[in-house]
Amino acid sequence: MPSSWDRIRDEFPILDQQVNGRPLVYLDNAATTQKPRAVIAALDRFYARDNSNVHRGLHALSMRSTDDYEDARARVATFINAASPSEIIFTRGTTESINLVASSWGGANLRKGDVILLTEMEHHSNLVPWQLVARRTGATLRYLPVTGDEGLLDLSQLDRLLTPEVKLFAFTHVSNTLGTVNPAAELCARARRVGAVTVVDAAQSVGHMPLDVRAMGCDFLAFSGHKMASVTGIGALYGRLSLLDAMPPWQGGGGMISNVDFFESRWKPSPERFEAGTPNFGDAVALGASCDFLDGLGREAIQRHDGELAREAYRKLSELPGIRLIGPRGERGGLVSFAFEGVHAHDVVTFADEDGIALRGGHHCNQPLMRKLGLTSTVRASFYVYNEAREVDALVASMKRTLKFFAGV
Amino acid sequence: MSADLSDLYQNVILDHNRRPRNRGRLATANRSAHGDNPSCGDQCDVFLRLDGDRIAEITFDGSGCAISQASASLMTTQLKGKTSAEAEKLYGEFHEIVTTGKEPEEISDLGAFAGVHSFPARIKCATLSWHAALNALRGDPAPATTESHTD
Repeated sequence: MPSSWDRIRDEFPILDQQVNGRPLVYLDNAATTQKPRAVIAALDRFYARDNSNVHRGLHALSMRSTDDYEDARARVATFINAASPSEIIFTRGTTESINLVASSWGGANLRKGDVILLTEMEHHSNLVPWQLVARRTGATLRYLPVTGDEGLLDLSQLDRLLTPEVKLFAFTHVSNTLGTVNPAAELCARARRVGAVTVVDAAQSVGHMPLDVRAMGCDFLAFSGHKMASVTGIGALYGRLSLLDAMPPWQGGGGMISNVDFFESRWKPSPERFEAGTPNFGDAVALGASCDFLDGLGREAIQRHDGELAREAYRKLSELPGIRLIGPRGERGGLVSFAFEGVHAHDVVTFADEDGIALRGGHHCNQPLMRKLGLTSTVRASFYVYNEAREVDALVASMKRTLKFFAGV
Repeated sequence: MSADLSDLYQNVILDHNRRPRNRGRLATANRSAHGDNPSCGDQCDVFLRLDGDRIAEITFDGSGCAISQASASLMTTQLKGKTSAEAEKLYGEFHEIVTTGKEPEEISDLGAFAGVHSFPARIKCATLSWHAALNALRGDPAPATTESHTD
């Protein structure tokens, strides 16, 4: 059944509740999105009917479960237009996907003298794994700068930084703190010219806008299910098959071997090579269901919807006294991020909670960027398919109340 | 405003947040310590001039929410003149106040923090500066953190 924008809030049972005596206004979608009935039902159906361990099973349930799992892989592949389901490795989420590339590709290919290029707007999950592999291999890190509060990548620096020593360029598609939408296809093309492999953090983009890995031209792309209307504990790594098949395993165990001897083993090809142990097939089914749900709404329509709310919020918030909005003034992903002079983000979030509004305040796992901008924290409101213009108004009213209390404005 | 929220943001707390006491580096300090609250990025430096075992002067610097800033400010007013044993005892009382909501037996501004106990996520905001101050007193070179195994 195709999902529909009519009565979309009815699809999300969690939204129908009061928080602190007020209707819940959920604006913490960049942290995790809520789940539609279709996804919850897919999980329920799988466990009520098909659940059994996958692969090698000769009985009916195991065959059904295996089919469900591999159908989910194929569904995720079409969702991002991968060339083959074998290019989709199921992981726990974006963080694990990036760690997989850092550990396996990085461990096998990085040497002393090599450079890993990152940007100053990376989430800790696309920063710390590279620090770890740099320490292990002797490679060094280099950063493409961000242009201050407007939060754009300073592309004028790219030629200077993207030199032949750069073996890998990892960057976020959409910034979780700034809302910046980076020109991923251009960055991938530039990296390819110097022979650098690209890793795209798509946690904030894949469930929010059309995404085609082949049009983008990336080598790896990482994302999480729970930020795209699916459940926690499942995500995926896309990798170009020629790269994946040349990479060593990163974890050993059952399911990933073609033959095991007492002293040596041989590996299966991708994706099994990178999925040691019993995989998270139940949640993979839920991820497939969220792909169906989002494509039913249309990702162009989702991008338009979230972007309109974010621009409306930006415009209305910018009229408040003492506010500092960060991130681009023009095109942005579906979030706004801001700080008030003299009122800390945590106090703002505590007051908003009393109004039933769920916001996030803090460094958003972006400490180096925050330091660069001279901030310790911001308040972030992030939107998804079920949010409405009246919720932007509720946000603005709550901010006014908080300012009045703390600053007497 | 709800009763919980007005209990949290008492006048004493708002006043210390707006006009922090003893804020800034202390040029004559002979002890200092840094504290981090990694869950929110709050930071706090505490500077002490110890005269024997007694805190002759104390200042703080850092950034954070109203609760953390007011707590640091009020702490400096409470710890000045105390011995290290007295400071440890006072922290024990403060910890009791913010975790249980029990008002102190003796009248004290620290009682303003009793409302914090209704907001478990904010307890660390209130205790960060105290952790840093005690580390400075103990001469512990490690930065204080709200994420250690012992709270």
